[in-house]
Amino acid sequence: MGYKILQKRVLGPGSKMMVIEAPYVARAAKPGQFIILRVHEKGERIPLTIANADKKNGTVTIIFQEVGKTTIHLGLLEPGDELRDFVGPLGKPTEIKNFGTVAALGGGFGTAVLYPLIKGLKAKGNYVITIIGFRTKDLIFLTDELSAVSDEVHITTDDGSYGMKGFVTHALQKLLDEGRKIDHVFAVGPVPMMKATANLTLKYNIPTTVSLNPIMVDGTGMCGACRVEVGGETKFACVDGPEFDAHKVNFDLLSKRLRMYVKQEKVSLENFKAQLEKAKEAV
Amino acid sequence: MPRKIIYERTPMAKLDPKERVKTFDEVALGYTEEEALKEAERCLLCKRPPCVAGCPVHIDIPGFIALIQQRKFVEASEHIKKFNPLPAVCGRVCPQEDQCESKCILGKKGEPVAIGRLERFVADYERAQGEMRLPEIKPPSGFKVAVIGSGPAGLVAASELAKMGHKVTVFEALHEPGGVLMYGIPQFRLPKEIVLHEVEYIKRLGVELVTNFVVGKTMTIDELMQEEGFDAVFIGTGAGLPVWLGLPGENLLGVYSANEFLTRINLMRAYKFPEYDTPVFVGERVGVIGAGNVAMDAARSALRAGAKEVYILYRRTKEYSPARIEELENAIEEGVIFKELVSPVAFYGDENGWIKEVELVRNRLGEPDQSGRRRPVKIPGSEFRMPIDMIVNAIGQRPNPIIAQTTPGLEINPRHGTVKANMKTFATSKPGVFAGGDVVTGAATVILAAGAGTDAAKYIDYYLKNKDKPGIWDELYHME
Repeated sequence: MGYKILQKRVLGPGSKMMVIEAPYVARAAKPGQFIILRVHEKGERIPLTIANADKKNGTVTIIFQEVGKTTIHLGLLEPGDELRDFVGPLGKPTEIKNFGTVAALGGGFGTAVLYPLIKGLKAKGNYVITIIGFRTKDLIFLTDELSAVSDEVHITTDDGSYGMKGFVTHALQKLLDEGRKIDHVFAVGPVPMMKATANLTLKYNIPTTVSLNPIMVDGTGMCGACRVEVGGETKFACVDGPEFDAHKVNFDLLSKRLRMYVKQEKVSLENFKAQLEKAKEAV
Repeated sequence: MPRKIIYERTPMAKLDPKERVKTFDEVALGYTEEEALKEAERCLLCKRPPCVAGCPVHIDIPGFIALIQQRKFVEASEHIKKFNPLPAVCGRVCPQEDQCESKCILGKKGEPVAIGRLERFVADYERAQGEMRLPEIKPPSGFKVAVIGSGPAGLVAASELAKMGHKVTVFEALHEPGGVLMYGIPQFRLPKEIVLHEVEYIKRLGVELVTNFVVGKTMTIDELMQEEGFDAVFIGTGAGLPVWLGLPGENLLGVYSANEFLTRINLMRAYKFPEYDTPVFVGERVGVIGAGNVAMDAARSALRAGAKEVYILYRRTKEYSPARIEELENAIEEGVIFKELVSPVAFYGDENGWIKEVELVRNRLGEPDQSGRRRPVKIPGSEFRMPIDMIVNAIGQRPNPIIAQTTPGLEINPRHGTVKANMKTFATSKPGVFAGGDVVTGAATVILAAGAGTDAAKYIDYYLKNKDKPGIWDELYHME
């Protein structure tokens, strides 16, 4: 069974969105869950958060950033092409309830997964303040989609080329300084961004949920590649998470474990680029 | 004239240890025709064969050996497949020394007939000659059975049920079928092409195989039964959850579960990186904790993947190792160093989080425990550190909890996470749902799982034919 790519959209430099035909996954998917895919027969298994699931049409939307061999290869595929493997939905769904006012923070690429979360939060009657941050203006994506479902959207850029200059934590700090009452925070993004958010909200005693992105292989609790430390205990992000209480996560360990294969990742990428060059010359 | 009894078995060629540690090629080379004939001739073809009683799938062993004696190799393989669809797999990885061969009459005075090697020979012979002939398949029964997991238990149950005329769908969570045969057992002991060939045979019997489908996540057992119309379910999900020691430093980089290390190497073919995309880290000085078959597989894989020194760190002594003697010997021949009577206490890392040292404590042997093996007792004050840059934790596996968590009405043993099932019928507490193999017993062997698949299939068939009989489930769940 192939998993056909039905649509592809470039969101910004290095980030792409794809709609994949995967009816079983679409039918069962809930906010916060992820899939694992393999691009080709010799490919590795990579986890990606489900950005949207359309039960009626049997499709799943994924958003990815081209950072390594597999994601670059994936980005080269076009509508009509098929993915070798696509399995899910994996992980536990987000526990969505009526918190009151919720701040949903997306750091860079983490923004990709806010959409189903915010939709779910709105459906439970929350007031949702969405704060998304990017390095620079050109990288901003999904603002229209997020604006359509959020009560407020705040945008930050590291270089100040759009919206507020600084990080998402600065925007959150500003809201708190203004005396806004926030009952729960969700943060998805790079590890330093999630860590900074956790540190900030701990000071204000705001319960905070983060979605972790460790290296995975099977994604079903079999291998333990995705071990994370939460409240001093070892958890498997794939089956116990991927969402955890931000105030209990050992982010430093997560950062280190994410760097386990940097050397090999470089080799793989260079190898792939050389292959692409060769293929180009042949044409 | 009475036949002359030969007490020595025909040896089987193996790759030279110095050569084989450089590759993932299969170590044991199998019999030639002449060797197989010579070994088959040793069999007394007992009228009441004790070996069959030692086989969890009840293969007619004298029957297939008699066919070898008549040089009917393909027929011999087909004869085995009436009982077991996985002869090339089982001929390689079964602990025959504890099963069929342990009961062989010749073993009383000499060496038992090499039943496993003969099973492997005929299966390989049949595969090499290409054509795949199918056995008799009963007409469609109209019943649908879902088999969860495509490891040995699931594959055997599926094959038996298909032959009985039931429509069988096997659901596999990973991208390739075979379960532990693909992700766990390395290429040098069980080539993956062989597993896939035997899976192909099971597909030809009419079994549908769905990969990338995690029952409990993609669809629950209740959904399979209520919405997809499956009349019965067999859970054969194995024991795939690694057990950790809970020691300080266990999450350092370079500390692997055996499952992860072996899955990267076997299922993902990381030993062929970068041709295959999945990487694996292999240290120079590797410590493997545990001394079972999985530990041997991990240690030998580490050597082949480039480790300079590989240590088995075992809390008891070699004689108590649960590994097959053959595998233990292979590992030692290849240069794996056995460190006995040590238990890990903690792992220490560098500033980047990579493991650098393991702290071990020495043990002495105490009184025998329930298994009859002498228990290791820590010697206070004997702690010492050993430089190491990779650890593989191979102390055991438990069943994966996903099905347990998503199947209301399915009773689980809280201590080991195993599914409660009647040991004769394999019926669980949930009507229509059967379970067998490691998910019920805890981590055991391929052949015990296959045996559970065979026996469960019989009772699933019985259940399907008597579904409407009042009290049928009580009968199956409580059968003595």
